[in-house]
Amino acid sequence: METSIQGAVSVTEQLEPIIELKRLTKRYDTQVAVNGLNLTIGRGEVFGLLGPNGAGKTTTILMMLGLTEPTSGSARICGLDPVRQALQIKRRVGYMPDDVGFYDDRTAIDNLMLTARLNRIPTAESWSRAQELLELVGLQEVVNKKVGTFSRGMRQRLGIADVLIKRPEVVILDEPTLGIDPEGVRELLNLISDLSRKENITVLLSSHHLHQVQQICDRVGLFVRGELIACGDIESLAEQLDDEGTVTVELEAEGWNEDLIHRLTYLSGVIAYHGPQRNELVGGSTSASATLICSRDLSSEAALEIIQSGARLNAISRKQYGLDDIYHRYFEGGDRGGRNSSKS
Amino acid sequence: MGETAASPNFLRRIFTSSQPPLQKHARLERNATRTTSPFWVMVQKEFGDHMRSWRFIILIAIIALACIGSIYTAVTALRDGVKSEQADNSFLFLQMFTVSDGTLPTFVTFVSFLGPLVGIALGFDAVNTERNKGTLSRLLSQPIYRDDFILAKFTASLLLVAVVLYSLGFLVMGLGLFTIGYPPTPEEVMRVVLFLFVATVYVGFWLNLAILFSIRFRQAATSALSGIALWLFFTIFYSMLVGIIDKATAPADSSALSILLRHANRMLLLNRLSPAYLFSEATSTLLTPGVRSLGPLTTAQVIGAISSPLSLMQSILLSWPQLVGLIAATMICFGISYVLFMRQEVRSKG
Repeated sequence: METSIQGAVSVTEQLEPIIELKRLTKRYDTQVAVNGLNLTIGRGEVFGLLGPNGAGKTTTILMMLGLTEPTSGSARICGLDPVRQALQIKRRVGYMPDDVGFYDDRTAIDNLMLTARLNRIPTAESWSRAQELLELVGLQEVVNKKVGTFSRGMRQRLGIADVLIKRPEVVILDEPTLGIDPEGVRELLNLISDLSRKENITVLLSSHHLHQVQQICDRVGLFVRGELIACGDIESLAEQLDDEGTVTVELEAEGWNEDLIHRLTYLSGVIAYHGPQRNELVGGSTSASATLICSRDLSSEAALEIIQSGARLNAISRKQYGLDDIYHRYFEGGDRGGRNSSKS
Repeated sequence: MGETAASPNFLRRIFTSSQPPLQKHARLERNATRTTSPFWVMVQKEFGDHMRSWRFIILIAIIALACIGSIYTAVTALRDGVKSEQADNSFLFLQMFTVSDGTLPTFVTFVSFLGPLVGIALGFDAVNTERNKGTLSRLLSQPIYRDDFILAKFTASLLLVAVVLYSLGFLVMGLGLFTIGYPPTPEEVMRVVLFLFVATVYVGFWLNLAILFSIRFRQAATSALSGIALWLFFTIFYSMLVGIIDKATAPADSSALSILLRHANRMLLLNRLSPAYLFSEATSTLLTPGVRSLGPLTTAQVIGAISSPLSLMQSILLSWPQLVGLIAATMICFGISYVLFMRQEVRSKG
């Protein structure tokens, strides 16, 4: 884990750090919500905070904004301390809570104007900016409609406009894709990454939906039970996952026989064999699949063995770890840990 | 941590305007002097929301009808009284607020009974609705102070209450001028204005209590019910309760004067724990100049006293403790709300 954090720092070295969390901890009466979180995010980065529900993502965000006090550790946002200078931070940071709420009996533009006025932006300036933003998020048709009539996706887009009206340096989006249809998600994410690139806005978004975040994030952090267990871009995460140094080969073949099973099991470098067993062999021609856990890439050797034993090889693949696998693996780990701790 | 963090915050707040502008936000900071402060933006928004809400329109309709009805009965009572020359003709104008022919309660009674309801209705969902709708976390992530938020809620509603009470009060005065054709003296006008002020403070107390409940209870219905329960308790049951205690603990009639007096004072103290009682004492002093004392008087004290109405200053002096008591109760409620709200974690929807 130490290496992962150091890796994260080296990635951001070339960027000016805008969010710095050091040993940030939040403890509630009995449980630890966030445990010694170290994280640095550079200016202009799009960072995805990934984690299952209840991992402490929202708590972390609240601490960054000074909406809740950390138990220990420190945070610096734009060089400011959220505990002491919450107001200056809130001036520079746009935050969209998950399931963002608006005043339902006011129109879209009224809601935006209220935010603008709370940020002390002069009316004339904010009016034109609000119009621009509503156009940007595709709500120009419903500018004067009451927000109460909006769909979930429209609210979320209005939320983006609301966050941007104060021209923030940092945008924090908590579960921005929750409850939107896939097409809406894609539009929203494109909008976010466009903005980040064009206006050099730092974006921190939390999600428990991996695939969506994968597309637009420069880096992601995996956050489980209050701890950042891995951090980096997708490739480096996969590398971190490979720390056990095993390669998984999946193969599908027809005409299994005892000899083949023997050959595969005792192929040098194979750690474990999961596939048809001797006593299961029924007919010669049925297709079956097997998985080999190997210490190195043995796909070609395994293929050779299959051909030599007279079986037909239908498919073979070396399993590449996607973020999905990483995610599952860590989350399973988190779950197991949870069960263990509750037992003890 | 909380204390140390709070004090520099507070200081900073006082000196906000003189603070040097920061880096690239210089433009925004300079504009700040010309734009409305976030606090007043929130007040304006709340005020507008109330004005447009059906709840407020219904409440106003009820209160306006009740007050106009009470004026009607007061005016008929006054006319009869003047005709039969039974009534006390001094401060005739003030009597419009305090007398009734028995068909409907007086204006003062209506205000003391319905005022708290207005306060509760305006405040019971102030914070929890924002929380449940998810607007609270969005609002608090804007550059505003957390306490400004509840203060703005309170200020907006109190302003509205003041506007309503004063316009009703002046409406009643105007109607009275038309119907009885008897102009008020400046002192009478002052007394009415002061009465309306006390009424605003009284409604403000209930408003603050309702806001406190709206912070404490996540469900608007729970907070409304607790507010109404407390209101019913203080306006109806509390005096009954004190009556029971009074009967149970009363010394024999033949007891020494000091014992009787001590008992009476104790009961008075118990009664004064109720804001409704404080309000009735303060208003009766202000609107009935004839009231010379609010506590028990012995015959020895009364002997030699000239039975004349008190001057305005004397009446204010007499009702001053009651007014201070009401304001103190309001402040205590606000203090508790403040502490609760500052310590609450603001998460979206829950």
